[in-house]
Amino acid sequence: MFSAVVSTSAALGRPFVFEDEADGEMRSLPGTRQVPEEALVGTAALSRPVEGSSTIWEALQSTIKNQQSRIPPARVTSASRLEVRPAPEMVSSGIPALDSLTGGLPRGCLTEICGPASSGRTTVLLAALAAATRRGEYCAVIDASDALDPHSAAASGIDLDRLLWVRCGEDSPQRDRDTEEKEKEKQKRGCPISRAPFARESGNFVQAKFNFDAKENMARENVSRQSEHRLEQVLRATDLLLESGGFGLIVLDLSDLPSQSARRIPLTTWFRFRRAVEHKPTILLAIEQHPIAGSCSTLLLQLGTQNDSEEATQRTQIANPTHANLLDGLNVHAELSRSRIDRKPAHSVAFATKTAWAG
Amino acid sequence: MPFACIYVPNFPIAAALRAEPELQAHPLAILEGKPPLEKVIAVNAHAEHLTITPGMTKTQAELCSELVLRARSALQESSAHAALLDCAQSFSPCVEDAACDTVLLDLAGMESLFGSLNKISRAIFDRAAALGLKTNIAIASNPDAALLAARGFSGVTVIPAGKEAEHLGSLPVEVLFSDRLEDEEKKSANCLLETLARWGIRNLRALAALPIVALSERLGQQGLHLQKLARGAVARTLVPIEAPLIFEEAVELEHPIVLLEPLAFLLNRLLEQLCARLGSRALATQELRLTLELSNLTGIDDESVNTGIPSENDTVDSNKNLWGQPLSAARQSEAPLAHSRHPKFTRKLNLPLPMLDAKVFLKLLQLDLNAHPPGAPIMKIHLAAEPARPRSAQGGLFLPPSPEPEKLELTLARIAGIVGEHKVGALELLDTHHPEGFRMRRFVAEVARKIPPKKTPDAAEAQSAVTALRRFRPPLRANVTLENGQPAYLVCRRKDVQGDVLWKAGPWRFSGDWWEREAWSRDEWDLALRNGETVSFYRLVHDLLGGGWFVEGTYD
Repeated sequence: MFSAVVSTSAALGRPFVFEDEADGEMRSLPGTRQVPEEALVGTAALSRPVEGSSTIWEALQSTIKNQQSRIPPARVTSASRLEVRPAPEMVSSGIPALDSLTGGLPRGCLTEICGPASSGRTTVLLAALAAATRRGEYCAVIDASDALDPHSAAASGIDLDRLLWVRCGEDSPQRDRDTEEKEKEKQKRGCPISRAPFARESGNFVQAKFNFDAKENMARENVSRQSEHRLEQVLRATDLLLESGGFGLIVLDLSDLPSQSARRIPLTTWFRFRRAVEHKPTILLAIEQHPIAGSCSTLLLQLGTQNDSEEATQRTQIANPTHANLLDGLNVHAELSRSRIDRKPAHSVAFATKTAWAG
Repeated sequence: MPFACIYVPNFPIAAALRAEPELQAHPLAILEGKPPLEKVIAVNAHAEHLTITPGMTKTQAELCSELVLRARSALQESSAHAALLDCAQSFSPCVEDAACDTVLLDLAGMESLFGSLNKISRAIFDRAAALGLKTNIAIASNPDAALLAARGFSGVTVIPAGKEAEHLGSLPVEVLFSDRLEDEEKKSANCLLETLARWGIRNLRALAALPIVALSERLGQQGLHLQKLARGAVARTLVPIEAPLIFEEAVELEHPIVLLEPLAFLLNRLLEQLCARLGSRALATQELRLTLELSNLTGIDDESVNTGIPSENDTVDSNKNLWGQPLSAARQSEAPLAHSRHPKFTRKLNLPLPMLDAKVFLKLLQLDLNAHPPGAPIMKIHLAAEPARPRSAQGGLFLPPSPEPEKLELTLARIAGIVGEHKVGALELLDTHHPEGFRMRRFVAEVARKIPPKKTPDAAEAQSAVTALRRFRPPLRANVTLENGQPAYLVCRRKDVQGDVLWKAGPWRFSGDWWEREAWSRDEWDLALRNGETVSFYRLVHDLLGGGWFVEGTYD
């Protein structure tokens, strides 16, 4: 005795049939896949019903049989026959030490560079931009916190004519309209604090404390709202630029966004970005404090300054008078946290950066 | 020497159909005159089937419920005439503007470019159709024979040299006179036609066969000229015109437009016509000017001229009206009547490179109008394009990819709608020492832009590893505790930017613009602060003129 179901896809209810497994019987009856009924016993969806519902069970089975016989099976290539994805083209990041660590930046992939403040993220970003513009490519920086310093960019050797700078911030037209509408609504409803009954009934101290808490909450809400708004701008601008195409390097600078806000970017968004750059000669680079793209990034570089406390102590010891001191650069320590590219290089390197005035 | 004539039969109808192509399948009549004495001056074939004839009054014509009535529009007719000239100019530089519906062109030497005369005539017909005009094309060895053939035969006619009389013979004598004669000329033409009718002369063959002397005795020189025309034997040179490169299209509306969606529909039509005309002259455009004549419902000044790049989100809300408000709200908030009768609203769309894509132009105009709504219902739309030579760039196999200009322009307009008009573009450093000495300018991706010369890899990469500054915009105000005039402790709004100063360098004094109102003078310090387990480096600035300490950025 045979039943009719092997498995069904969630969306269509089409049976999956592996090409290798198709037997002669099935080939003689195209569109059906039959396995012994015992194999189905115990599956959650089609387990034996309780007593008294056998008629319904049979009706259901026959319905499924009919449906399965009508829908042709979807051919699924077995994993052993899947095409091997070609290795991405690697291009120079502009810093030889990083190139020796990662082999360069992969085209058509998402690369994450993360680290705390003063860890050299922006230096790496500008070096990558400079290298790309030297190759004659057009680049775009989507700057979530409007932090790019034009003089540093010029000093890094970026061809500014080839750099598109998208400065995300507060005074966007959409934002203005939304704010106006919200303020109007607020005016209509009145201030929530003044309407709170306990605020009027309590003494001055309570009122003052409440106002202080409210202010703090409002400030926190403001920061959160600003970050969300910037994030929304960044994601929309990135989508548009990826769709437009033709850029050699697109950078998402999320360095100054609070980690909580940056982590709110859904994984599906990163997956979409990764799919958008796939098979294109574009490098998608994300600069952030902590890794947020998960498995969607092909390369993940963790940056930090080398022996921070020791360095500061050394600087303190040397210092005096202060005008004899000079910030001549940073010592950056880069660690390769993840790489999908088949390489076995060193896992970390160190390199030094120089300030523009250090000569 | 062959000549061609392009003739648009029933010109008022053709002009109206060019502006509203959806009326092709409807009975249409064009009205002229002051209300209530409007009369039908032209009808199409569908209207003729319904027994509508020129000369009927509007009231009589309105009895037919299916009939579409349109007032005669000088704007539409001038646009159609300009399109006709563009069509002719795209084939020959020697063009005579014979009438608003007739154009003659010299085809000498064109065969090597366009092929045989049959091919040329077919190409002219197709080009005119692409410009929205249904025409009669005739080619003959002299201009007048071509003109008569175009007036008399529909479609494409090619008369071989020497066989003009034979081909023209079957045409009625009415083709010798234009439909658009003035009063005096019309009277004399009618008189002549009446005389010929009394003689029994119905067609050109009969007129051509009349004895010359007898005809001269009865009708004089005019009669002889008519006979020569009928024989196709008039030889004259063309009076060429130099058509100015003016590309304008306009549409006058019977009812004012309030919503953006119908406006976009009309703009699309105008843009397609403009692009077809520009394309026929092998030109593109780098500047589009949209002028909207507004209804005088709102308090708008005589002319509110705005210029700027398009900048709005592409999701144009069709329910939003041209005030930029919901329809109901806008009706409630109508301002008192303006003093001016027809205020104008002008938008200028500057493009970085010459383009010729109606869809891109439409999208850019939509984005622009969504960001800058006109403010009142629209009565008339006028669209002009400044012609420019199309860009020519040869892409190389080994050149890196660059964004397509049309796509990039749309993308930038959309991003500008998201982040703000002046917050997207390329950087340009100014000749100043001011820390924010830069400005934003339009980002242009040119394929032909030269790649900077390659430096030696070491030198280039050594230059790249430059410690970068990340700016806080605006700078963070800080409270600084000084020890011996040097910063020792720093408190700031941001919790991660505060603490004991571990290391410092400075002060470095900068000043500038002392001759301006916005003079600046400052001391800069480079500081190291502990940030959790790490040490971060910041730039601290003491404003010497305004007072106060600011954290300007972090070295990263």
